[in-house]
Amino acid sequence: MKEAVIKTEKLTKRFGDFIAANEITLEIDKGEIFGFLGANGAGKTTAMRMLCGLSIPTSGTAIIAGFDVYKQTEKIKKNIGYMSQKFSLYEDLTVAENIHFFGGIYGLSDKMIKSKSEQLISQLHLKSEADKLVGSLPLGWKQKLSFSVAVIHEPKIVFLDEPTGGVDPVTRRQFWNLIYETAEKGVTIFVTTHYMDEAEYCNRISIMVDGRVTALDSPSNLKKQYSVDSMSKVFFEIARGAQRSE
Amino acid sequence: MKQFIIFVRKEFAHVLRDRKTLLILFGLPVVQIMIFGFALTNEVKNSKIIIVDYAKDIASQELTAKIEASRYFEIERSVMGPEKMDKAFKEGKIKIAVVFPENFNHDLLQQNKGTIQIIADASDPNIANTLNTYLSSIITDYQTEFNSPRVMPYRITPETRMLYNPQLKGVHNFVPGVMALVLMLVCVMMTAISIVKEKETGTMEILLVSPFKPILVIVSKAVPYLILSLVNVTSILLLSVFVLDLPINGSVFLLFAESTLFIITCLSLGLLISIKTQSQQIAMLISLMGMLLPTLLFSGFMFPIENMPWPLQWISNVIPAKWFYIIVKSIMIKGLGFSAIWKETAILSGLTIFLVAVSIKNFKIRLA
Repeated sequence: MKEAVIKTEKLTKRFGDFIAANEITLEIDKGEIFGFLGANGAGKTTAMRMLCGLSIPTSGTAIIAGFDVYKQTEKIKKNIGYMSQKFSLYEDLTVAENIHFFGGIYGLSDKMIKSKSEQLISQLHLKSEADKLVGSLPLGWKQKLSFSVAVIHEPKIVFLDEPTGGVDPVTRRQFWNLIYETAEKGVTIFVTTHYMDEAEYCNRISIMVDGRVTALDSPSNLKKQYSVDSMSKVFFEIARGAQRSE
Repeated sequence: MKQFIIFVRKEFAHVLRDRKTLLILFGLPVVQIMIFGFALTNEVKNSKIIIVDYAKDIASQELTAKIEASRYFEIERSVMGPEKMDKAFKEGKIKIAVVFPENFNHDLLQQNKGTIQIIADASDPNIANTLNTYLSSIITDYQTEFNSPRVMPYRITPETRMLYNPQLKGVHNFVPGVMALVLMLVCVMMTAISIVKEKETGTMEILLVSPFKPILVIVSKAVPYLILSLVNVTSILLLSVFVLDLPINGSVFLLFAESTLFIITCLSLGLLISIKTQSQQIAMLISLMGMLLPTLLFSGFMFPIENMPWPLQWISNVIPAKWFYIIVKSIMIKGLGFSAIWKETAILSGLTIFLVAVSIKNFKIRLA
């Protein structure tokens, strides 16, 4: 019952002479946790932006949640969630106000927003913090809240751009539990990370080098293929050949 | 529409929660009006003056008494000798001096011609000029009195009428100026900052990924500042009417309509800045240096544009504040209607449309 929600074919983005993303071909299934790895400057962000409908590809095709990235970006936007590496809720609004705002701009009904925010606040144990400004929360909580807000409209796919940067290991673990819970509901998780232990949590990963997807498989297969015992070593093997860096 | 309302409410929350900025926003016009209205004035009063009287006759004494009686001058002391006068100028004790030559009265009566020397400290040319004018008018006055018993065969008496502002009050000039300044500051800077802030914190990315239309992001950001600015216009007008006794001679409705037009001009300028910059500091710098300074220089509020060399006069034509300043002056002080300011309104509208068009063209819906 495999059902591809992200399907790209030779997706390319050029900025003048520079090829930021070069012929990326991916097929990611519903409910899959897909790790999108690569060194800084490898082209991850560019690729991800194209998949989100933020950036129009130069060539190639991509179908996201059943919609075309060239023509149906508005529909794509309704069906995806996005969380960036920067913490991106409003610090001067309270927890409840942030939830209400983001629910609102995704067009959820008031009733829906209300039930969602109650559910979310209890799930994250934020009951006593609901009326506090988000700026006063610790980073770990912010990131969890950020993630929950990114999936508030029940998207088919959620894109996470280095969601756990700067977060302590315990909170990272909790964060990944949230990701698993979400994936179990059938949401596809597309996550970029620099933590190799996190890469191990993914169902499949791809590693980008110089704008190309060089490896694409499950972590265990990749380790076998490169005959090494950890994802870090796989990453080193592949990324060593990189020509460009930041 | 509902999304739009939610967004606008969020923007209001940002503005209202930031108490310090709010205080500046609402306090600024009040403080400016008070400062310009009461503390700063281009009238020069009680200037120290020295009378050097070599004549010591009836005419020189009478004239001295007249000078002393005026509220513009305060006689420092009467000195003899030019060295002391020189010293007083150098020490900055006096701004102006009057020298009566010997036999002043005698010359006046016998030769029908008296000469008085006026020496002014022109290191500040405006003050020197103003004082000279005051002094000359006192002398002319005295001359008229002096002559009155006699019959003068030919005489032209100019009767000057100062239209619209008979008392030559400075207030008339600066209320429109302050309005232009405050609106410029609030709209351009605050809009630019609030949009750039979203870029900086990364929330802009989230908004762009959401189905919320990017153009609506901009519009909803502008709404709170439009309303805030109209509140500011109202408070400036109330202050000017009730505190400064400067009535609004023209239509209040027209005044608000034109203000709204100018606010939209400023908002689109702010938008343009926010599109071109990546950090709040740069946005603020550009707003201050690039917008506020030209507004001060070229709106005609502080420096008369007529006296500028033609390249500067030409530049002043693209400064929106110049046109708004003319419009507000025409409505508030001259009490003119739309037919008198349609040209300025058209120019302002043209500038606005241009700015909006450029902004929209530059506004990148997609990040890359």
